[in-house]
Amino acid sequence: MKKLSRSYLTLIYLFFYIPIIVLMIYSFNNAQYSLVWHGFSLRWYQTLLQDNDLWISVWHSLLLGITAATLAMGIGGLAAISLYRYRFFGRNLLYGLVFILILSPEIVMGISLLILFSLLNVPLGFWALLFAHTTFCVPFVVVTVYSRIVSFDEYIFEAARDLGAKDSVIFARIILPLLWPGLLAGWLLSFTLSLDDVITSYFVAGPDYEILPLKIYSMVRLGVKPEINALCSITFGFTLLLVVISQLVLRKKP
Amino acid sequence: MKNDNAFKYFSLATTWIWLIIFSFVPYGLVIFASLMSHDTNHLIRLPFTLQNYVELSEPIYIKIFIKSFYIAGISTLICLILGYPFAYTLARMKSRLKGLFILLVIIPFWTSSLIRSYSMIAILKAKGIINSLLLSLGIIHEPIPMIFNNTSVIIGLVYNLLPFMILPLMTNIERLDNRLIDAARDLGANRITTFRKIILPLTMPGMIAGCILVFLPAMTLFYIPDLLGGAKSILLGNLIQNQFLITQHWPLGSATSIVLAILLAVMILIYLQSKRNKKEQDLL
Repeated sequence: MKKLSRSYLTLIYLFFYIPIIVLMIYSFNNAQYSLVWHGFSLRWYQTLLQDNDLWISVWHSLLLGITAATLAMGIGGLAAISLYRYRFFGRNLLYGLVFILILSPEIVMGISLLILFSLLNVPLGFWALLFAHTTFCVPFVVVTVYSRIVSFDEYIFEAARDLGAKDSVIFARIILPLLWPGLLAGWLLSFTLSLDDVITSYFVAGPDYEILPLKIYSMVRLGVKPEINALCSITFGFTLLLVVISQLVLRKKP
Repeated sequence: MKNDNAFKYFSLATTWIWLIIFSFVPYGLVIFASLMSHDTNHLIRLPFTLQNYVELSEPIYIKIFIKSFYIAGISTLICLILGYPFAYTLARMKSRLKGLFILLVIIPFWTSSLIRSYSMIAILKAKGIINSLLLSLGIIHEPIPMIFNNTSVIIGLVYNLLPFMILPLMTNIERLDNRLIDAARDLGANRITTFRKIILPLTMPGMIAGCILVFLPAMTLFYIPDLLGGAKSILLGNLIQNQFLITQHWPLGSATSIVLAILLAVMILIYLQSKRNKKEQDLL
């Protein structure tokens, strides 16, 4: 029985990882079209280095990811703290909304923001993308931070209050120091979501502001090419690193 | 005391203002747009009409709806069948490496599904890994067509969405009260009866959560049919994308999304109901 379940686990893990590993291996293959191994080469990575448009889209994506993740961390963090500490009108609604936003198909968010921006004459591009990315990241920050905050000892807040601390003091001196791993993890996950988002961005990016995931999308539609393998390997490796760091940060006990 | 409340009001105002402007209002606008008329110059215009919903009942659209349901349903079923034993084994694992194994499921959950879909092309295509392997082993003599059809779309969806099934299931199974299983065994239930009467009903919320998390994106992840499917593989996501960006028929696209959203609402209600029954409190 044990052997059976172990080989089953292995099989599923192979299913998860073989395609990505194959992709990474072929990004080093010294041949344009062949599946046959023609020796190790970095030439596809060098091709990427010379692609100026690509670097512009990378820069756009990093800028967007950093600003969106920071905004989402701020808003999502405040929302999670409010949900935990206060009983207010509409609390259940907020709770439900976070849940619904996580479940709701991205494409609906994409078109709804497209309609909003065209109605308000917000030009498609950086600002539209920033609003959109922040919006889909917020619920994930709320969940990450909230799951961390519920593990706090409630008596800490009571003690602080008894000793005369105001909410703003409690926030700065107690909540923030205890909560930073949750906030950091929320930030990192938002950053990866932003770097990888295709669907929402597809609707609100506009023609003039190219970002990495859409650039990758337009490239992969043309079929398998070694330089795309190289680009995908780098992007995957980078987001993998962010996910691993965020999980390590989250695992630290408060 | 007034100063004390400043922080509370600041947090609540920030949260609500953001959500109202970027979630409530836009979603409302979609409903609004779905009831408007189509105009190529202005995208949407008055008068109000139900024409878009009527148009959606035409066979061509009904077909896409049915096909999306079918493909998403099959993918969800496969994810459930593959994911359940996996989640069960993982949840019950007592190894020191358990954290690492869980991390290996979390990674595909968060990393780019576009890149992972792309990586599937190289595996499935006519001169891809599987065909080359089978050909060189002499098992087949001609490449099996595995890509650009419905099967490859389903494989792509399962590959991308399996973690969304496994993670909620695993959380659910981890919380199972072992004493109930022991009690069933003590009272003479065999493995199958214990599973059917105890474990299965208790893990129902996890199964439903997993199914929702797989089923909904499966209908709307438009790049998977786009990359892995053939010309005929149009699912709801591709339809909405076309209506908005290619034919520019925003009212019809909005109506399609609304129908989809109603569906989603029904599924979430079913989920919440089952959750209430189990008295669970967590977000996911």
